[in-house]
Amino acid sequence: MHELSITQGVVDICQDTAAGRRVVSVTLLIGELSGVVPEAVEFCFEACTKDTPLEGARLIIEQVPARGRCKDCSAEFPLRAYYSSCPGCGGHHVTVISGEELRVKEMEVE
Amino acid sequence: MCTTCGCGPEELNHDHHHHDHDHHHSHEHEHEHGNGHVHSHSHDHSHAAENATARTVTVETDILAKNNRLARENRNLFFRKGIFVLNLVSSPGSGKTAILERTLLDLRERLRFAVIEGDQQTDNDAVRIAATGVPVKQVNTGAGCHLDAHMVSHAVENFDLDALDVLLIENVGNLVCPASFDLGENHKVVVLSVTEGEDKPLKYPAMFHNADVMLLNKVDLLPHLDFDADKCREMARRVNPDILIFDLSAKSGEGMDAWYRWIASRTRER
Ligand SMILES: Nc1nc2c(ncn2[C@@H]2O[C@H](COP(=O)(O)OP(=O)(O)O)[C@@H](O)[C@H]2O)c(=O)[nH]1
Ligand SMILES: [Mg+2]
Ligand SMILES: [Zn+2]
Ligand SMILES: [Zn+2]
Ligand SMILES: [Zn+2]
Repeated sequence: MHELSITQGVVDICQDTAAGRRVVSVTLLIGELSGVVPEAVEFCFEACTKDTPLEGARLIIEQVPARGRCKDCSAEFPLRAYYSSCPGCGGHHVTVISGEELRVKEMEVE
Repeated sequence: MCTTCGCGPEELNHDHHHHDHDHHHSHEHEHEHGNGHVHSHSHDHSHAAENATARTVTVETDILAKNNRLARENRNLFFRKGIFVLNLVSSPGSGKTAILERTLLDLRERLRFAVIEGDQQTDNDAVRIAATGVPVKQVNTGAGCHLDAHMVSHAVENFDLDALDVLLIENVGNLVCPASFDLGENHKVVVLSVTEGEDKPLKYPAMFHNADVMLLNKVDLLPHLDFDADKCREMARRVNPDILIFDLSAKSGEGMDAWYRWIASRTRER
């Protein structure tokens, strides 16, 4: 359950940015390959925001689809997982171009 | 008060408070697969008040930024001191501690080691390591399922870094969470034993993707098992074509020499 430390990280970042203002909503970008389960972050969010300026804030999670580029033939394609092979040439030398995001995108403050 | 991370002594316990939260809230999941294929989960609390005066602030901050910053500081420190650092990860029971014990006994005359032992509870592994005569620091993470850079930065305060060649960190037994947390190591080393499934690399791809080295341990048991080592190595390379693989047994000692040569070569390089 590293989602607990992840969620605590979100709260710390938002608190720093909010500088005392109450936070109404928080938007996170979570990549499909990030290893973080959105439902688990939602589960931790309430406990982690208690008695902070984020208490009661709306949590919005945008999942970012995984995409890869083949190092051999330069094809770009959706990645199902780290082990997906290139649909163009069948190779496994794939660079991840999106899907590893773990970011606080924006928030609404009062 | 800690200068690099600014923490007070109480923070080092890493006791996360779990508040009671039995008040009502509604779960609402909207799945929109629009042009951006963005999959949005919104979690509405009944007491969340939409506010007309609210304004949007762009944040764009990596959630792991703090860990990554502390990891970078650890890495810089280790580089300055010329210490080669490995972060060993695996499921519980794959043989991380056994590999460390044997490695220390065989190499302690040639290289100066220290070990950080991460476990949720107990100092059993640190006791095993201490028996080799190598300095060891146990870190108990409690509910935490991984070591983080902050814990490592404080654990190394227990060692004389000027008198070290190699720091070995045994992470908490878990193939998921430690993948996300950089500790400042040179390489993640994933241990997989032949008593586990060949398909572990595909089941836990993030870990095998992030590791530079894989130790396939307990090969002394291969004659008694149906484990297909070729298939396992092939699956590991599917997730990470560049992964370096050593087949070995911490028990019989078979294959350990190649692993030692790799450590020695990386240590001399520095
Ligand atoms: N047969 C065999 N058993 C091993 C080997 N390495 C470790 N073990 C056993 O596997 C169990 C777990 O090992 P341990 O080092 O505690 O695993 P850890 O949880 O990854 O630290 C112990 O009973 C070890 O004796 C090996 O190479 N061969
Ligand atoms: Mg152990
Ligand atoms: Zn976890
Ligand atoms: Zn290709
Ligand atoms: Zn600190």
